[in-house]
Amino acid sequence: MMRLPRFEYHAPRALADAAGWLAAHPGRVMILAGGTDILPNMKRRQQTPEVLVSLRHIAELKKVSPDTFSGLTLGSALTLSELVRMPRLQRDYAGLWQAAAQVATPHLRAMGTLGGNLCLDTRCNYYDQTYEWRKSIDFCMKKEGRICWVATSSPTCLAVSSTDTAPALMALGARVRLVSASGERVVDVSDLYANDGINYLTRRPDEILADVRLPDHTGWRSTYWKLRRRGSFDFPVLSVAAAARLDHGGVVQDARIVLGAVASRPMIATQAAVGLRGHSLTDEAIARAADRAYEVAKPMDNTDYALVWRKRVSRDFVTYALRELRGDDMRDTRRRIARQALMGLSY
Amino acid sequence: MTRPTMRVVGFPRRRVDGRAKVTGQTVFADDLVLPRMLYARLLRSTVPHARIRSLDASKAEAHPGVHLVLTGKDLPIPYGILPVSQDEHALCPDKVRFVGDPVALVVARDELIATEALELITVEYEPLKTFADPEESLAHPEPRIHDYGDAGNVHKKVALSFGDVEEGFREADHVFDDLFFYQGNTHLPLEQHAAVAAIDGDGKLVLWSSTQTPHYVHRALAKALEMPAAHIRVIATPNGGGFGGKSDPFNHEVAIAKAALVLKRPIKIALTREEVFLCHRGRHPVLMRFRTGVKNDGTITGVHLQTLLDGGAYGSYGVASTFYTGALQTVTYHIPRYRFDGCRVFTNKPPCGPKRGHGTPQSRFGQEIQLDRIGERLAIDPADLRLRIVERPDTLTANYLRVSTIGLAECIRRVVKTSDWKNRFRKLERGRGLGLACSSYLSGAGLPIYWNDMPHSAVQLKLDRSGGVTAFCGATEIGQGSDDVLVGCVAEVFGIEPFDIRAVTGDTDLTPVDLGSYSSRVTLMMGNAAIQAAERARDVLADAVGRKLGVPKGRLVFADRRVFDSEDPARGVTFAEAVCAAEAMFGAVGSTGSYTPPPSAAKYKGGGVGPSPTYSYTAAVIEVEVDESTGWVNVPRVWIAHDIGRALNPTLVRGQVEGSVYMGLGEALMEEQVFRRLPKRLSNAVVHKFPSMLEYKSPTFLDMPEIFTELVENPDPHGPFGAKEVGQGPLLPIMPALANAVYDAVGVRIDEVPITPEKIVKALADKAAGRPPRYGPSRFPDVDWPEPLQVPPPWEGGTGRAATAQPAETPR
Amino acid sequence: MERQEPTGLAVISLRVNGEPTDVAFDPYKTLLEVLREDLNLPGTKHGCELGECGACAVLVDGTPTLSCLLLGLECDGREVVTVEGLMEDGRLHPLQEAFADLGAAQCGYCTPGLLVTAKALLDRNPTPTGDQIREALAGNICRCTGYQQIVEAVQAAATDCAEHKATDYTEHEATDYTEHEAADYTEHEATDCTQHEATDCTEHEATDCTDYTEKK
Repeated sequence: MMRLPRFEYHAPRALADAAGWLAAHPGRVMILAGGTDILPNMKRRQQTPEVLVSLRHIAELKKVSPDTFSGLTLGSALTLSELVRMPRLQRDYAGLWQAAAQVATPHLRAMGTLGGNLCLDTRCNYYDQTYEWRKSIDFCMKKEGRICWVATSSPTCLAVSSTDTAPALMALGARVRLVSASGERVVDVSDLYANDGINYLTRRPDEILADVRLPDHTGWRSTYWKLRRRGSFDFPVLSVAAAARLDHGGVVQDARIVLGAVASRPMIATQAAVGLRGHSLTDEAIARAADRAYEVAKPMDNTDYALVWRKRVSRDFVTYALRELRGDDMRDTRRRIARQALMGLSY
Repeated sequence: MTRPTMRVVGFPRRRVDGRAKVTGQTVFADDLVLPRMLYARLLRSTVPHARIRSLDASKAEAHPGVHLVLTGKDLPIPYGILPVSQDEHALCPDKVRFVGDPVALVVARDELIATEALELITVEYEPLKTFADPEESLAHPEPRIHDYGDAGNVHKKVALSFGDVEEGFREADHVFDDLFFYQGNTHLPLEQHAAVAAIDGDGKLVLWSSTQTPHYVHRALAKALEMPAAHIRVIATPNGGGFGGKSDPFNHEVAIAKAALVLKRPIKIALTREEVFLCHRGRHPVLMRFRTGVKNDGTITGVHLQTLLDGGAYGSYGVASTFYTGALQTVTYHIPRYRFDGCRVFTNKPPCGPKRGHGTPQSRFGQEIQLDRIGERLAIDPADLRLRIVERPDTLTANYLRVSTIGLAECIRRVVKTSDWKNRFRKLERGRGLGLACSSYLSGAGLPIYWNDMPHSAVQLKLDRSGGVTAFCGATEIGQGSDDVLVGCVAEVFGIEPFDIRAVTGDTDLTPVDLGSYSSRVTLMMGNAAIQAAERARDVLADAVGRKLGVPKGRLVFADRRVFDSEDPARGVTFAEAVCAAEAMFGAVGSTGSYTPPPSAAKYKGGGVGPSPTYSYTAAVIEVEVDESTGWVNVPRVWIAHDIGRALNPTLVRGQVEGSVYMGLGEALMEEQVFRRLPKRLSNAVVHKFPSMLEYKSPTFLDMPEIFTELVENPDPHGPFGAKEVGQGPLLPIMPALANAVYDAVGVRIDEVPITPEKIVKALADKAAGRPPRYGPSRFPDVDWPEPLQVPPPWEGGTGRAATAQPAETPR
Repeated sequence: MERQEPTGLAVISLRVNGEPTDVAFDPYKTLLEVLREDLNLPGTKHGCELGECGACAVLVDGTPTLSCLLLGLECDGREVVTVEGLMEDGRLHPLQEAFADLGAAQCGYCTPGLLVTAKALLDRNPTPTGDQIREALAGNICRCTGYQQIVEAVQAAATDCAEHKATDYTEHEATDYTEHEAADYTEHEATDCTQHEATDCTEHEATDCTDYTEKK
């Protein structure tokens, strides 16, 4: 049986105490929320913090603050299952709901948190391996080694952003609140990420992601499409989050398209989205947007599926997303791709 | 004695071990805890091919909590599953052959301390040239991975010729020549291998292990530890899935047994998931070339098959696997002339071995796709084509395999009907398709792994005055339901309830030898042995009851826990009273039964692989949806019919069929055991690409189609109550049926597994560009084939022996 | 509250299969290890220890949870149900009966995780459709069955539960329901969203059913 390494454990009741721990022991402490990302990493010795600070007992991180004027604020320690059980999310923020509903498996959604999914360690077939395996390749840049085996001349680590909820939240224009012992700040979800497999978060090590702020989304539609080999378990190896505000005539007033799992951070397909403004979502407009989004997709050979194919089908996935926003009945396609209906879950 | 209608056999029933499995009471190997038990872990090689220059374990030995470190010098005797491949050491003494080859065993107070101590061992390696694929091994005889084998890094080459196949091609109207590739994959049993070794109160060695073959582990331990087998007891714990992956004696079993002998304390080892991938012994990657001659009416005039197997770093069952790639083609369809060339090479990767279907799914994949092509070219519906060429029952094939009953035609008719084939094949809208394929499989290997004249399975019964019966057999419960077969057969003969019988299985001290749970042999062989034992005991009871009641023995009926007069059912005794009567008259009541397969007609060298008392048959139709833009494949439905002979417990039979469909779809669509070689200028590494449950893709609940299972029951004279195997055969048609369905849907041939969307998209692009609409291998490398052994088929006056004199030794 | 002993062991108090239990263990251990090694409950299995197979699932406060990814230290005060705790009044749970009878357990190694996961489903939704069963069990890998007999067993058990409940409807249903809801409420009260969650549940269940039937 794989065993965790030894560590010290603390479970403060107040957010300030947790932030205090991070400030007092820089570099030695990591945050434990749902545990579904950090504990496997610790078992494989990818991450070996001396101290774990658990957020489990901090009540304010589980808050849901509905506010019809300013949108919705979600505590970062809400589990993904808790999000999936919120009808308001399914109705008003479908893209986020669909993303949360497709994370991993029912068990992992019941354990994993929203904050954990946003801070999910970047993933790579050369990195998500046991200590012994990584030793056999003399390690890699992200941990203990010097080379990025994905592209040996790369100066930066190419591990892949594999969060489902971040692209969805970026398409929704969400922001996050980061709390540290020295204060707090609110940033766009987009600004939480950097395109570097090692330093993929702009969150400082002493900061705790406290909550996610969804803007009022009246008039918007949103969706999330995820590519993975199986109907559950698998991380995305391509995802498309899209949101659009249409007028009564179906003309796009505003749109956002974000691609996940094609770089070390979620990638905003600005040109694709901007090009839709002022147009109806015709097949031609959708095809144009898909072509532009395709340019943004830069998958590497470090996940499931061949990279050329992953890039190729980014066009198809953007098309699925935009057709759904247009109002097409995509249930059959959804069922084939997701291998489930995603109609509201019973567990 | 008259046998009334069946009362147990043939009825769906809760399996005898069902309750334990749903209450968490089944004791798997890692569930065992013994007083003073210590925990072990293996240090495994981090390099693919190297000499061990030095190994320093002194720091590990001094680490607090560490009790013992063993290295190669402590276990110098090699072992291996086949007598011809004794090439494994529990701990590598001087050379490592793949990343994962064990070099040391650490025994400590707990598993974490053992893990920490592994890091304290330093090993200095002298790297050797590394072989990552078969072509490299064929091209470079030096350095040799092993110092035995047919040449250089070629482990085994075989060539067999049954009639003049070139003459067959001359008689043909068409000769098809196709290449196929079958990627390797692994068993992925949910239970990771685990074992406990201890010295019992008598001072003898006991090993509990998650093994499918306790008898072979027993032999390997005796050899590697230089101990009398009589002083070693091997107990197979119920396996949490095996699928062939727990059929070899393994490093960890031998190493902890040695540690228990040294420390005189119980030692447990439980492998991690990664280590299970490294143990492997799974499906060989096989490159195939099929040349088939056919007449315009579909009659086959000859087949020439060539296979190249990537064996990995050790022999394992590899010689048998090589023969199996060429053994069963003739059992399915009538092939008047047949030639087979097979070659297995060593590479620096975990060893391949037997996985469900052992060596036959690869060539089955090629043959069934080629038949689909043949049907299309000849404008014959592929179901009709197969119905024309199905091998006849009670036949000796070109390679001297004795076919008994064949339910294949009926299987084909059933799936054609249930899938509405005639109205849908080649008639569905673009993007939807149906594919059909068939298969056959052994009901037990006709010859044992090591040469001997003794039975392959034996059952011993103890009848108690209480009316209870204990059935002892060396067979191993790996989830397939072998305990249920044992109990079901005995209950049927005695006319008592399965709950009245206790099964004691897989224990080399308590149970008579059964060779193990492999080659689909247990139902047929153990079942026959059980029936024989039960009939012998029943005869004794009948003697006693007949005498006691004054009824002629022949009139007695055993049913409803009673023994009674068929002409006056009220006149009788309970089963318990019958046992008491027999015990009073004749002394303690017990019996034995055993089973030895009929002698094989294949007397030529290499004829040891393929013979079986009888063969099972399967036909399957698969429906697919293929998206032409992305190549995305969905499988909504599978129809499958299996010739089971007779279903002893239909619930379990259906489970085996559906489980086979599951594993087949995994192999067809997503499962692959593949390796990554880093850029040679920077690294020597050859590593398993993703030794994890997450990245080795096993289909989930959401990925499975609806399965419609039909059982074709035509009792076979060789089977217990007519039963044949079901654990492996139904997997075989799945992969080719899926490939054929993809062709029906979008008109491209994917001639290799797994059939992934990337490959479909590439083939569609080729099709659009006017190139051959196909994805698959384009060449078969040069192999220096030996002169084939000439064995004239029966219809050319052959006797089953080679035309030229050959050495007597027969690998199995 | 969890505490550290001078021996270096951690000590927690929790309820396991209905019984209050104190347990001391090495603090690095997950609930999986604590159950199997320190509480002598080896019925819960492990197939990867990384959250990739579902074999180690148990119920924690009624929710299917992977015991391999939950620290023992985080289980203080919680209610854990394992396969060993599924029997009621010495009788097999209808799911256990159905799994045993209908071929849903072959090697039996994934069975404990599947049983508790299916129990949580039936506790929440006594009449699940086939799709709902497959979605709820999508985090459990089985290598033996091909899943079909498992889905059938869950359906059979659901029918069995329904019939069982129908016989003494008033007593059972009423108590069960109240208790269950009450527990939910308390848990959420701490997090200030009682009102919200309560509305959610009702809305959600209603919408769900309608949606489903409409679109089926």
